[in-house]
Amino acid sequence: MNRDSNVYTFTFATLMVFVVASVLAYTSFSLKDLQNENVRKEKMQNILSTVGIKTDRDGAEKLFDQYIKEQLAVQSDGSIDSSVNVFKDVKLALELKKSPDTQDFPLYVAEIDSEKFYIIPIRGNGLWNAIFGYISLKEDLNTIKGVVFDHVGETAGLGAEITQDWFIERFTDEKLFDANSKLMGITVSKTNNDPSNLDKTDHEVDAISGATITGDGVTDMIKERITHYVPYFEFIKSSNSIAVVSNNNLNLN
Amino acid sequence: MDYANLFIKSIFIENMVFAYFLGMCSYLAVSKTVKTSIGMGFAVIFVLTITVPLNFLIDQYLLQAGALKWIGPEYAELDLSFLSFIMFIAVIASMVQLVEMIVEKFSPALYGALGIFLPLIAVNCAILGGSLFMQIKDFSGITESAIYGLGSGIGWLLAIVAIAAIREKIAYSNVPAPLKGLGITFIITGLMAIGFMSFMGIKL
Amino acid sequence: MSKNKVLLTDPLDDNNPITVQVLGICSALAITVQLKAAIVMSLSVIAVMAASNVIISILRDLIPNRIRIIVQLVVVASMVVLVDQVLRAYAYDVSKELSIFIGLIITNCIVMGRLEAFALGNGVWRSFLDGVGNAFGYAWILMLVAFFRELLGSGKLLGIQAIPDFIYEMGYVDNGLMLLSPMALITVGLIIWVQRSRNRKLIEQG
Repeated sequence: MNRDSNVYTFTFATLMVFVVASVLAYTSFSLKDLQNENVRKEKMQNILSTVGIKTDRDGAEKLFDQYIKEQLAVQSDGSIDSSVNVFKDVKLALELKKSPDTQDFPLYVAEIDSEKFYIIPIRGNGLWNAIFGYISLKEDLNTIKGVVFDHVGETAGLGAEITQDWFIERFTDEKLFDANSKLMGITVSKTNNDPSNLDKTDHEVDAISGATITGDGVTDMIKERITHYVPYFEFIKSSNSIAVVSNNNLNLN
Repeated sequence: MDYANLFIKSIFIENMVFAYFLGMCSYLAVSKTVKTSIGMGFAVIFVLTITVPLNFLIDQYLLQAGALKWIGPEYAELDLSFLSFIMFIAVIASMVQLVEMIVEKFSPALYGALGIFLPLIAVNCAILGGSLFMQIKDFSGITESAIYGLGSGIGWLLAIVAIAAIREKIAYSNVPAPLKGLGITFIITGLMAIGFMSFMGIKL
Repeated sequence: MSKNKVLLTDPLDDNNPITVQVLGICSALAITVQLKAAIVMSLSVIAVMAASNVIISILRDLIPNRIRIIVQLVVVASMVVLVDQVLRAYAYDVSKELSIFIGLIITNCIVMGRLEAFALGNGVWRSFLDGVGNAFGYAWILMLVAFFRELLGSGKLLGIQAIPDFIYEMGYVDNGLMLLSPMALITVGLIIWVQRSRNRKLIEQG
């Protein structure tokens, strides 16, 4: 048959599309469960690591059930939507595209040795693609207990370094809100002038050289995602006002 | 988003060549003369301006998580984004095949001069990059994505014509023999890129 | 036999994909910040080029001319996506490392360039050798650039500190500019300078 005839070209193309689509679809769908398991366990691993619990993927589920006491869906007005299973059903990438009054934001409450921590998923844009992670706050809803970052495709050696311990450590004990309870977030800054990160109330950490845009992405994503939770935090604080005031006094010492 | 803003940004601040270093192979190999560069640049503009909005539609209505809900509510859960690469590349490759046929017919001289780099537009990372960036930039409509495609293409054209002009002039300078041609082009591109770093991070 | 051996040795110098054919530049800039990334990328490219050259060579008499670019791309893309899917299920940590490279491999002009220039017109074994040869030519330049960028830019090699402390104490500071892409371009330019000084055949005339 003439290789360049229309009929042949069309037949070949159709056959190729069919073969490729079948092979890829078959592979994708038969491996989906295994892949999802890996992702699920990694999610638990990441959430636990922000409160200082390091585990491998196999041990993650047990520790997650042990330490994570509540999984809440926070709405933009500060109320809780109890019909939503946040771990399973809420994908931040999709949620952010919805209109503000229908959005549900996950909040995981951990309890370790009778101390409560609030863990929030964050997501934003790096240089090439999305960056995301989790941030955990102490009971005062201000001091950071720990963070974890990940990315889809930042540059190896530059933006990708946000996943490394030496960068993540900079965020521990930093404060998100200033003395007037205004949300400052954490700025990944080139002008921090505090290499040992001794000042924990400046709302700044040192940037990574050569990863300015990724760093700016981290700054933006922290501030933007925490903003959704501010009404709910106000609600918690006003119902626990006495406990929070005495905690703040201890922290300022 | 302000269209003029987006347009200027995609040409200068987010220049495909100097900010993201995409499309380097064709850029370095084809920039020997200004004439071929202009031809290549226009081919890139054409492909980008058509494929970015086209891929935008495909992403919106086919690939994105939840994109298929227009067929029926039971499809709202489907996430076909693992097919993004292949779909975008298929669209781009078809466009490039079309461009190749047009160039061969209307300008055989350009066709010969571009050589293997014409079909290589299909894997020109700048073209695929345009579509992939469009995917994460979350444009609100097809016009925005078209402007982004057009701007990115123009940015690429400007970059390649600039280096070609420099290369033509440099033929008269005392470049050491081993560095002539490709070697000095790499070095000059590096220096131009350092210059363009001053644009990085500017928010209009 | 020596006709085939040339397929493996030419791309190392005379016909180097990066410094002579001007292919694979984008990844040479993006992946060479750390030596480890360059090594992972090199191994991936060797595998992909060997496999895709073989497949396209087998199919070469069947592919219609009008859609040959699309067919080549679909073959490469499908293979890479397939590998990515399998890794994500069975070797999740490795796949996370490789995920960023996936896109870069599909658009690596060397892969498509050799399919067009060689595999479409040559037998299976020779296409295999050509694929592997070019991949090695690409790999060694990649690792050379990464070696200098990581060493001079962060003082490390493979993540381990390579410059002894006493040199830092004497006042030496890491050259942060080496970590940025423009310096990769200049480094390749210098490599070309050295290469062409030693191999006078490659000097451009006129």
